[in-house]
Amino acid sequence: MSQRKDMLRIAELVPKGSRVLDLGCGDGSLLAMLRDERECRGYGVELDDAAVLECVKRGVNVIQRNLEEGLSIFEDDSFDVVLQLDTLQNLRNTEAMLRETARVGRIGIVSFPNFAHWPNRLNVLRGRMPVTKTLPYQWYDTPNIRVGTFADFEVLARKNGLRVLEAFGLHNGEVVRRAPNLLASTAVFKFESG
Amino acid sequence: MAPSVGTVSPKIERFTDPLVLRSGASLRDYQLVYETYGELNAQRSNAVLVCHALNASHHVAGKSAEPPHAEGWWDNLVGPGKPLDTRRFFVIGVNNLGSCFGSTGPMHDNPDTGRPYGADFPVVTVEDWVDAQARLLDALGIERLAAVIGGSLGGMQALSWTLQHPQRVAHAVVIASAPNLSAQNIAFNEVARRAIVTDPDFHGGHFYAHGVVPGRGLRVARMIGHITYLSDDVMEQRFGRELRAAELAYSTQDIEFQIESYLRYQGDKFSEYFDANTYLLITRALDYFDPAREFGGDLSAALERARARFLVVSFTTDWRFSPLRSREIVKALLDNGRDVSYAEIDAPHGHDAFLLDDPRYHSLVRAYFENLSS
Repeated sequence: MSQRKDMLRIAELVPKGSRVLDLGCGDGSLLAMLRDERECRGYGVELDDAAVLECVKRGVNVIQRNLEEGLSIFEDDSFDVVLQLDTLQNLRNTEAMLRETARVGRIGIVSFPNFAHWPNRLNVLRGRMPVTKTLPYQWYDTPNIRVGTFADFEVLARKNGLRVLEAFGLHNGEVVRRAPNLLASTAVFKFESG
Repeated sequence: MAPSVGTVSPKIERFTDPLVLRSGASLRDYQLVYETYGELNAQRSNAVLVCHALNASHHVAGKSAEPPHAEGWWDNLVGPGKPLDTRRFFVIGVNNLGSCFGSTGPMHDNPDTGRPYGADFPVVTVEDWVDAQARLLDALGIERLAAVIGGSLGGMQALSWTLQHPQRVAHAVVIASAPNLSAQNIAFNEVARRAIVTDPDFHGGHFYAHGVVPGRGLRVARMIGHITYLSDDVMEQRFGRELRAAELAYSTQDIEFQIESYLRYQGDKFSEYFDANTYLLITRALDYFDPAREFGGDLSAALERARARFLVVSFTTDWRFSPLRSREIVKALLDNGRDVSYAEIDAPHGHDAFLLDDPRYHSLVRAYFENLSS
């Protein structure tokens, strides 16, 4: 349930009628929601066969592509909003991807597991890598090859000349605005190119 | 055994209104042979046109009523309960002009001379085929297609439909295709054509009068084609270096390897039923297809006219119509903000994969059509 609430919180960041690109769109449920409830249109990019099939079943436009191969198929500024939810941490070339996101869209929205969430800190203090609802993997089988924190992203955004429009945490479907680096399991940033 | 559309018979539509071709020539008095499966609904809104590739025909699904009761070339995809479900859609398969399976082609009599056209059959293009198909739809009272679908050269026709008649197509399914042929691809076609044309039995394309067929040329043409339709991996898997006999014969001309035997068999079979002039015409149509040409090579500009929603599918091991080429189509559609989904199926079979029953591929086509009908 909290996943759907997370999705709603993020959908609210997308202006009505936007042309959207959802990178790592999974089964296309967010795109379907944006289409049905916010009159948005656009495309998802997804690598996984089963997820691509789900998108087609939902009638959502999906392009099967490995994000590691870049976004050269999309022209500059061709979208109002580029979403990159729970994907950035799986990519080898996180920074390049962020720049690409800023190139193809006016507004970028990213979310990723906040490694500085207090239970994670506690785990690391105890000498073990965290295994939580947001970070459900063991250290040896995690697809999250880039672990970062809410605070880290602010630095990366600044370095790449991105202007943060909105930043908050999410935890169990609730928005966390107070000390998100400590209290939120997921970090959400909305930004535009500076 | 999956259900089939059952026994089918072709129908013939005759046209007396001359068809002006891209070359400037025109065809008068021509016919198109076609088959249909399923029922056209009262709104006439559920028609799906299936476009065929190089060596196929109007016989898409079911068993032919006439011996040898051949199965349709896309029977695994088209039928009741199949990905393209004939319980929902009225599916039309049409044989293209210049072919050798019933529609007017080089084996038919030229009304101007009373003798078979042979090499005098005018050069036809993908665009000409689409024009002819559109006339067939007019005759059937179908204003707008729910979808047009095709693989390889058939995919080129599907794409061309969306450009020539943007208002008449709701969806286009373009499989294992390309926006034009690469130099390498034209080169393969040229080798095939030279094999045919230089066969002493070709007689400048008027071999019918001599009671012969340029079988040697056709065999070689088919062998070359066949190599390019398979992936290296699949050939290795199926044949490897397997020998036909237990011992080497140390012969330069006898069959030693199973792959040689297979290719010769495919070539023999093909030369028995396919017309040499048709092979020349259809490979030429492939070579000529290039919608971006009149836009200075700008495919995005060429596809601006398209209004259909697209499903584009490619296969990772297809090197004759590689995923790269499908992505060009996708990019041009994206540039125009058109609705498109694109899947790259990780199938081992090479170009032939579009004819085979791969579960990922078929589920995708099924899902697309299910969504389209709801």
